[in-house]
Amino acid sequence: MTVFDAHAMPTTIFGEIRARVRLKWLILRTAIEERLTYRADFAFSTLVRFLPIVTQIFLWSAIFQNAAGRSIQGYKFSEMVAYYLLVMLTRAFSSMPGLSTGIAGSIADGSIRKYLIQPVDMLDHLFWHRIAHKLVYYAVATGPFALVFWLCREHLPAWQGWPLMLAFSSSLLMSFAIGFLIEALIGLVAFWFLEVSSLIFIYMMLSYFLSGHMIPLELLSKWIPFVDYLPFRYLAYTPTAILLGKIPAEHLPAELLIQAGWIAGLFGLNRYAFNRGVLRYSAFGG
Amino acid sequence: MPDGCTTIRKMAAIEVRELCRTYKVFRKREGVWASVRGLFHREHDIVSAVRNVSFTIEEGEMVAFLGPNGAGKTTTLKLLSGLVVPTSGTAQVLGHVPWKREDAYRRRFSLVTGQKEQLWWDLPAQESFRLHKEIYRISTDDYHRRLDELTDLLEVGRLMSQPVRELSLGERMRMELIAALLHRPDVLFLDEPTIGLDVVSQRRVQEFLRQYQREQRITVILTSHYMKDVEALCDRAIVINKGIVIHDGPLAAIIDRFSRHKIIELQFSDNIVPTGLERFGMILESRPPKVRIQVEKQSVSECLSNILGQHSVDDISVSERPLEDVIAELFSSDDAARAAK
Repeated sequence: MTVFDAHAMPTTIFGEIRARVRLKWLILRTAIEERLTYRADFAFSTLVRFLPIVTQIFLWSAIFQNAAGRSIQGYKFSEMVAYYLLVMLTRAFSSMPGLSTGIAGSIADGSIRKYLIQPVDMLDHLFWHRIAHKLVYYAVATGPFALVFWLCREHLPAWQGWPLMLAFSSSLLMSFAIGFLIEALIGLVAFWFLEVSSLIFIYMMLSYFLSGHMIPLELLSKWIPFVDYLPFRYLAYTPTAILLGKIPAEHLPAELLIQAGWIAGLFGLNRYAFNRGVLRYSAFGG
Repeated sequence: MPDGCTTIRKMAAIEVRELCRTYKVFRKREGVWASVRGLFHREHDIVSAVRNVSFTIEEGEMVAFLGPNGAGKTTTLKLLSGLVVPTSGTAQVLGHVPWKREDAYRRRFSLVTGQKEQLWWDLPAQESFRLHKEIYRISTDDYHRRLDELTDLLEVGRLMSQPVRELSLGERMRMELIAALLHRPDVLFLDEPTIGLDVVSQRRVQEFLRQYQREQRITVILTSHYMKDVEALCDRAIVINKGIVIHDGPLAAIIDRFSRHKIIELQFSDNIVPTGLERFGMILESRPPKVRIQVEKQSVSECLSNILGQHSVDDISVSERPLEDVIAELFSSDDAARAAK
């Protein structure tokens, strides 16, 4: 019996780490190449994302004109504009278009088998795939983002120092992980219910309200007091509020720790759902 | 060794014992009222896809897995490749329990089906192969050597830089085979590898598989509805119907065991086919001066002496029935026997 390449197998822990890093790097590279295949569609969808910010600025400028210079729940007009600009940036990190439907579709049509028969971890594979999507997105969107931010520069907060910037960046990166884990989890529900489009719709709706994408969460917390206890706020509100100085400096470590806790919890849930789901998987679709 | 000889005993590559897999299949009655009722109470059936299947396959064997649609062939392959977990029973492939999906096992087998599986649709196949190199941790030298060998054998060198979506079905299947074999698996599961291919592509894939298996001595299970694939590649066949193994042995033995008929082909001297040949058996084809008759095995010599005694015959041949006819008959008689029980 032929034994698989003994010389190709890493023999040390460093060899193992190197092999894993090489695999992730290649997934990233291949996914970037794939992402660039449909350039026109991609460029168009990237630019369309900037349209809502224009309508939001017009809407809030009308509201603040009636408010006669007063602030709304602690937000002045400039802060509100800055809020929407930063939420747009944060959502670009935490939204995962097509992730849930992709996972659910692969379970329904059987193409998930690729991840089950090859020595790869599906969630890890999809994670690096998604990083590639984001990198390509930012490569294209940096120009338009810079232009919009420059046009609205008078509304943006002044430089708050490195510690706050570090807290904002950490929160932003964690928002990416939370967005990925929530949407992957919804996709994995397809192991139980093949059709998850309604679930995805509900999630999109909830996350639009409860992440602070629609309005700052200060305006919602009066009616929805439990909004601070849900993971959605970390998808948009928390990183934005950190940079706007809405979260007191002494609360920042706890805020970031809770966000990391959500990542750990959602990661555990994803692992559990995948392992349980595979056990009941029927491998339909050929 | 006492006699001074070394006995090389083949090891079992695949051992399956009383493997069962059932599925819960929901029933949907006709009509709106039934749909509303289904919201509160869903009816279901338990369907056995595989029932007490047992077999052993030794290293280096190439075995055909035959059966009609829904017989349990693909489910068995899914079980052996760890895609689904059995309801009961055991299986070991290369010493591993497949549904534990250990990486050590997943590096040693491949599953190829007639669908797009392993290749990235929008990229040239070479990108997917490069990713496979890292997934299976193939050394750079081995990777290049094997890729060159496989692309030569399958004649796809010029297609390597073309996006997979632009390849024909036959070309795609050949690329899938390369992806499946780059890591030199010890066991290969082929589920309808030539489905939908034209005759030329079918033959090319067949020839490749025969040559590759002969050189590498890998263990192969092949399911196919094309008996030409099976006859060209396999000596042994496991026949399964309704989830139960009904034959396990040499392919040729299927005809001996299950075919009760032979085919006699005659060409008469005059440009006619004489009447009354029906009494010897079923006339399959009659195109004067040629006729094909299906005759019971034990009546062949009697039939021939009768015809040769009464008519002038230019040419004569006696052959076995085509394998696919025998298998089709086998399935229908098995179904009938089960219905009678």
